[in-house]
Amino acid sequence: MTLQNGDSGDYSGPLLEVEHLEVEFHTRAGIVKAVNDVSFTVDSRETLAVLGESGSGKSVTAQTIMGILDMPPAVITGGAVRFRGTDLLTLSEPQRRAIRGQGISIIFQDALSALNPVFSVGWQIAEMFRVHRGMSRKDARKRAIELMERVHIPAAAQRVDDFPHQFSGGMRQRIMIAMAIALDPDVLIADEPTTALDVTVQAQIMELLGEIQRDSGMGMILITHDLGVVADIADRTTVMYAGRVMEQAGVFETYQAPAHPYTKGLLDSIPRLDQKGGVLHTITGTPPDLLDTPSGCVFHPRCRFRKDDCLTQAPPLYEVGEGRTSACHYYPEVLDDAGR
Amino acid sequence: MTQGDDRATRPQAEPILEVRDLVKHYPLTQGVVFRRELGAVQAVDGVSFDLHPGETLGVVGESGSGKSTLAKMLIGLERPTSGSIKVHGKDITSLNRRESKRMRRDIQMIFQDPYTSLNPRMTVGDIVREPFAIHSDVLPSDQHRGRVQELLDVVGLNPDHINRYPHQFSGGQRQRIGIARALALRPSILVCDEPVSALDVSIQAQVINLLEELQSEFGLAYVFIAHDLSVVRHISARVAVMYLGRFVEKGSDTEIYEHASHPYTQALISAVPNPTPVGRESRQRIFLSGDIPSPADPPSGCRFRTRCWKAEDLCRSQDPELVTRPGSTHPSACHFAEERNALSG
Repeated sequence: MTLQNGDSGDYSGPLLEVEHLEVEFHTRAGIVKAVNDVSFTVDSRETLAVLGESGSGKSVTAQTIMGILDMPPAVITGGAVRFRGTDLLTLSEPQRRAIRGQGISIIFQDALSALNPVFSVGWQIAEMFRVHRGMSRKDARKRAIELMERVHIPAAAQRVDDFPHQFSGGMRQRIMIAMAIALDPDVLIADEPTTALDVTVQAQIMELLGEIQRDSGMGMILITHDLGVVADIADRTTVMYAGRVMEQAGVFETYQAPAHPYTKGLLDSIPRLDQKGGVLHTITGTPPDLLDTPSGCVFHPRCRFRKDDCLTQAPPLYEVGEGRTSACHYYPEVLDDAGR
Repeated sequence: MTQGDDRATRPQAEPILEVRDLVKHYPLTQGVVFRRELGAVQAVDGVSFDLHPGETLGVVGESGSGKSTLAKMLIGLERPTSGSIKVHGKDITSLNRRESKRMRRDIQMIFQDPYTSLNPRMTVGDIVREPFAIHSDVLPSDQHRGRVQELLDVVGLNPDHINRYPHQFSGGQRQRIGIARALALRPSILVCDEPVSALDVSIQAQVINLLEELQSEFGLAYVFIAHDLSVVRHISARVAVMYLGRFVEKGSDTEIYEHASHPYTQALISAVPNPTPVGRESRQRIFLSGDIPSPADPPSGCRFRTRCWKAEDLCRSQDPELVTRPGSTHPSACHFAEERNALSG
């Protein structure tokens, strides 16, 4: 329980480190390998974007870090999740609970289903203080109002006793953010925080998250499929596909010179707001069935750089540059390829 | 598509779809025996536009703007409270059952969610064949199978998969099934309500390209409704921006995206994250405060004034009309309309 204070003395490694994580789901149809050898780190004040489409394993990774994975059917078959040097996967449930909320917290995509409909929002925010800090109801309520003000909910003192359904989608997301930052976490995981929101509200929420991060210095893992949101706020990106890491790089490198055909394909396939394009360059085919993933490189059936050995040999994460990796045998060709 | 631009500027043929002052109010009532009307949700409140053969009109708006209600009225799933919808010059709002069935051959719809818009108990063949069963005079039944396979081929599906069920297909493939069904009766207009928003990024582009191919092959006209401004710009020659049941600005894609004059359009465009990190520090965003007001109780005067940084007393008292204003080439419903390129901030 020494962990819960957050400052564990002279530890100097990364704040959060996911190492060779492997997660499987045991289903009636067979074993689904949802996360395969996924590694990344996050430091204070840093935003890591985990970019991927549905089925890429990005949300399962987030749930594993939080320790909220349903087990069974999920089984963590390997790897480690180190928070300030301690492997969370080896901790007992009470020890993990002490870290959840205070060390690492999460906001979800769908605030309406993440909030409890039968308790007022003030009660739910205050619960964080009552349970984790043992505050009295009165003090906790006061802190809840302060938090609602911090996430810019108008007339917080009047709305503290309202219920989730009485708020708009954007306001509900603010309430979730208030709960997540209540105990000043070191790491915030934002799992598709704005996917369900309109674009003008999305801009407000992303601005709020940035503001909180600047104030508190927390590290952030932004899990999303939205290339625009990532370009806006991320420092580094991890691109996932079919449960594997395809590419890791600084955000500028990722967008300007992708080193993996999948990243390149994604960037080429999105329509642009600032220009009227011709035919969009598509990635052919569809993402694989995780019960039956392709041999060799998982992306090879859809890849335009494919050569024979891609069908047989799974690529390791090649070192492409400083702090840059790519899971493609032919990354130099991808980097050189100018044809869009 | 440059071809779309040509179409927008060249002298136009007869429009195939003319919508005038379309209104849909859903009454809010209280009581069961003695029903009293308390008011109305003004989902769509006075929308007008023309659509020409082979053209795409993009309609953008956020949730609650009334864009889906508009789509439903266009294909006859909802009856308008007032206003007219003319297809080939014939008003479809006052048709009897038989006539409206006939009309629906001409105007079909593609839905947002390919998971709920296909019956899970029907095979793909049955789903795509159903329009022929309903409109039995279109095609003799011995030709149904061949035509269905042809349609599947046109949308890029394997015609041999005719006996499979929807759950055996991915989201993108299901959307193609929905498109095949919509094309079955050879309509001249397709209403697409958020046709790609449920799809993954890598699949979206495939479906957008398919829609464009089909348009040039069959000369289809699209009403393309979406909240994604980038997708709408890509596919549309003309764009209408919708807010609280009304069009607030209408113009060519360049007019809307590079010369927007309505504050809402400017805010909307500026809120879209640019998919490149270059220049993100210097980018200036317009942040709107608050949320879209309830359509049951819209603000007086200009409906956008509660979130608008330009709002003055005039906006409270006087409803701005959608007209072309001095210094601009396209209509805008703002008293203080002023062109601005919101893309460059």
